[in-house]
Amino acid sequence: MPNGVAHPPFTRPGRRLDSLFPLDGWGWRGAGVGIAGLVALPVLVVLASLFLPTGPIWSHLAQTVLGTYVANSLFLMLGVGIGTFLMGVGAAWLVTLCRFPGARSFEWALLLPMAMPAYVIAYAYTGLFDFAGPVQEALRALFGWKSRRDYWFPELRSLPGAAAMLSFVLYPYVYMLARAAFLEQSVCALEVSRTLGCTPWRSFRTVALPLARPAIVAGLALALMEALNDFGTVQYFAVDTFTTGIYRTWLGLGQSGAAAQLGAILLLFVLALLLVERVSRGQARFHHATGRYRNLPRYPLRGGKALLAFVACLFPVAVGFLVPGAMLLAWAVETVPGTLDRRFLGLAGNTFILALLAAILAVSVAVLLAYAKRLDRTMITRAAARLASLGYAVPGSVIAVGVLVPFAFLDNALDAFLRRTFGLSSGLILTGTVAAVLFAYLVRFLAVAFQAVETSLGRITPAMEASARTLGATPLRALRRIHLPMMKGSLLTAALLVFVDVTKELPATLMMRPFNFDTLAIRAFELASDERLPDAALPSLAIVLVSIVPTILLSRAIARARPGDEG
Amino acid sequence: MNPADALHHGLVLAAVGHAYGGQKVVAEVSLAVAPGELVCLLGPSGCGKTTTLRIAAGLEHPQEGSVRLGGRVVADAQQRLPPEERHVGFLFQDYALFPHLDVAHNIAFGLAGRPKAEIDQRVRAVLAQVGMEGAEAQYPHTLSGGQQQRVALARALAPNPRLMLLDEPFSGLDSRLRDQVRDQTLHILKTSGVATLMVTHDPEEAMFMADRIALMREGRIVQVGPPEELYFRPADAFVAAFFGEVNRLAGTVQGGKVATALGAFAAPGLAEGAQALVLIRPEAVRLASEEVEGAALARVLAARLLGRASLVHLAVGEPERLHLHARIPGRFLPAEGERLAVRLDPTQVFVFPA
Repeated sequence: MPNGVAHPPFTRPGRRLDSLFPLDGWGWRGAGVGIAGLVALPVLVVLASLFLPTGPIWSHLAQTVLGTYVANSLFLMLGVGIGTFLMGVGAAWLVTLCRFPGARSFEWALLLPMAMPAYVIAYAYTGLFDFAGPVQEALRALFGWKSRRDYWFPELRSLPGAAAMLSFVLYPYVYMLARAAFLEQSVCALEVSRTLGCTPWRSFRTVALPLARPAIVAGLALALMEALNDFGTVQYFAVDTFTTGIYRTWLGLGQSGAAAQLGAILLLFVLALLLVERVSRGQARFHHATGRYRNLPRYPLRGGKALLAFVACLFPVAVGFLVPGAMLLAWAVETVPGTLDRRFLGLAGNTFILALLAAILAVSVAVLLAYAKRLDRTMITRAAARLASLGYAVPGSVIAVGVLVPFAFLDNALDAFLRRTFGLSSGLILTGTVAAVLFAYLVRFLAVAFQAVETSLGRITPAMEASARTLGATPLRALRRIHLPMMKGSLLTAALLVFVDVTKELPATLMMRPFNFDTLAIRAFELASDERLPDAALPSLAIVLVSIVPTILLSRAIARARPGDEG
Repeated sequence: MNPADALHHGLVLAAVGHAYGGQKVVAEVSLAVAPGELVCLLGPSGCGKTTTLRIAAGLEHPQEGSVRLGGRVVADAQQRLPPEERHVGFLFQDYALFPHLDVAHNIAFGLAGRPKAEIDQRVRAVLAQVGMEGAEAQYPHTLSGGQQQRVALARALAPNPRLMLLDEPFSGLDSRLRDQVRDQTLHILKTSGVATLMVTHDPEEAMFMADRIALMREGRIVQVGPPEELYFRPADAFVAAFFGEVNRLAGTVQGGKVATALGAFAAPGLAEGAQALVLIRPEAVRLASEEVEGAALARVLAARLLGRASLVHLAVGEPERLHLHARIPGRFLPAEGERLAVRLDPTQVFVFPA
């Protein structure tokens, strides 16, 4: 051999554990399919309930409340659709195509309502607009009205009220996607249309809006999915929708089969939206393709028009964030001596631990899934990844039912088995424990983590792992030594997103939490339901403070990629 | 080169075939690389050369044929040895240095499991080998393209691979730097005595680097041999044309010869009456101002100095149907319209069936 170079023998002595995962093959494919199967299980369970024999309770539900659920859900979707479209597209148009004082600040400020869970602003506005609230009191003082019979005031705790609350916190989905779409197309199409002699308004109407349609539709679909997922607002407003129906059928009537069937019908709504979203997304590359944007042909607004634009942008920010935020703050300041106690700290601790565990779990599973998809580029693994990330569309209450039904079955089966063979009772191991809650969070929020992880992983050239592999690293060592360190920032972001979503989550937690295990969201919900709104302010405010972190990060990203800052 | 060397110590690909989703990208590729030998896989983009390289590394698993490395079958229908157990060095087009590790840790990555002192020593040694002494603590993003290339080379060489695989290793460098890095790389590889398989689409680069060239087209090896063999004895028109611009003349075989405006050329092995293609390298065209017995006459259309050579555009024949390029070393710029006698260097004229 030349130079007498001694090569190491082929087989290394003492194979390490990571060699258990062979080359881009069955190990990773198995992991991908396993994760997808596990995550899809609750949805499949719920869908399968459609084929179960329907008992008397179902025909009772069908005769009495099902029509109301369908009608209310449709009305809610219509209201939220119109509301988020007007606010989202309108605001996006104003900040990207017009020049008026404050336009630059509104670009990021318009995202702030995302930090507000709909049920939280529902509490705030209920307090504000109640008969005993400051608004009606001021009106009575102003006009000398004495009682409720002297005047008419819109009832907030109603179906239109719920649609309004949801619209004010969900419009940022539409705003974000519409804004990105306007910016992306601006460079080519808008400037061309301007040079062809179109006025800004006409080029918006004939060029920008049709081009942005897929992005807007995708944004609307996301907002509507969130609206269907909502439980806190509609329950608090006593509006009967599917989510409240599932909750009542499950806990009130103790009918798991009927609850699952309601969930399945709700899922059909969601699937329709999902289809709309997927098709639109296929047409639109709505994500930010680059961080740079050319300066837009902005239309300068002056005088009254500028003021109108300013007010139009301030309105959603004020209603969705500033006013309810101020209301909560005022209540919290007033009640802190009584509410900031050991109990509150316990709630915060519970919430923190739950959210942290869920974030770690979701990010770990997302990393495994994304890496499996990268190593094993077969149809099976790609389909598995796609299936596993459908959970974000499934309402939390549906997931709760879908998790509890099989878990209870397993628990009972295990208990029966132990009783029969050993005369012991295992009790409930899965249901009613934190494990079940965490699993439900994983199902619902895996997609959030997966998307962040996959995007980040996609930015790493495949030559990296090929390099690591030819240098003697197993896939697992390459992941640990190369990919994970390179993705550190994105992993933290992914964990943060899941953390915040779990903090806000209400229906699944409410249905699945262990006995006497409360979180901030649950405590706020209970206090509000007991008409102790001021006391609900502190836990609500805590949720908002946590939620605002990713909103600020997102805002900063948008501010940094601001159009006009070339290079 | 000794074939037995390749069999026992180097790389042997035997009838390797690979397809991506039904599309055949590599077919019946057989090739051996002996230790100390540098073989270039040359071909147009999409000809399957990079896939062949990845199969040798174990990054792809061939559906047909077998791969032997150091005397052992590492891939065939029954088995596949993953890349981490093959002890090959892979140099990527974009170098693929790990951005979060400094130079020393990049190089040490393939040395995992050895004593610390040995690692440090080896890192220093390979850095010296590539002329990058003292760069241990630098991070990849602080290095120039040429330096990154050398660190990547050092990283691939550090674990003493039995085979080096290079995927277009110079394409990321600008042309001036490329010549210099190419020269260094050639000498580093030759002194290390490692068997090397390199992929390139640039025939000049392949001739610069290779002991032997394997020219690929549509997943198959068209011809293997030393550069001068491919250049002077091309197997077909594709090979002849791949190494540079050629003048193409069509004709019919009559009496064992193809008659063209530039005279008749022997067409051995071609049937009587068959269509034939005559390929003439511009370098084969000699021009003279005095009349030459039996030589065709050409009229100068244009003449340009390209640097080391001059390119003369000529019109040949009555009527002037043929456009001919002649490449003359040095400065040769006849006036437009001048008439010149055309002679040809027969070693650079090739006759193939059309």
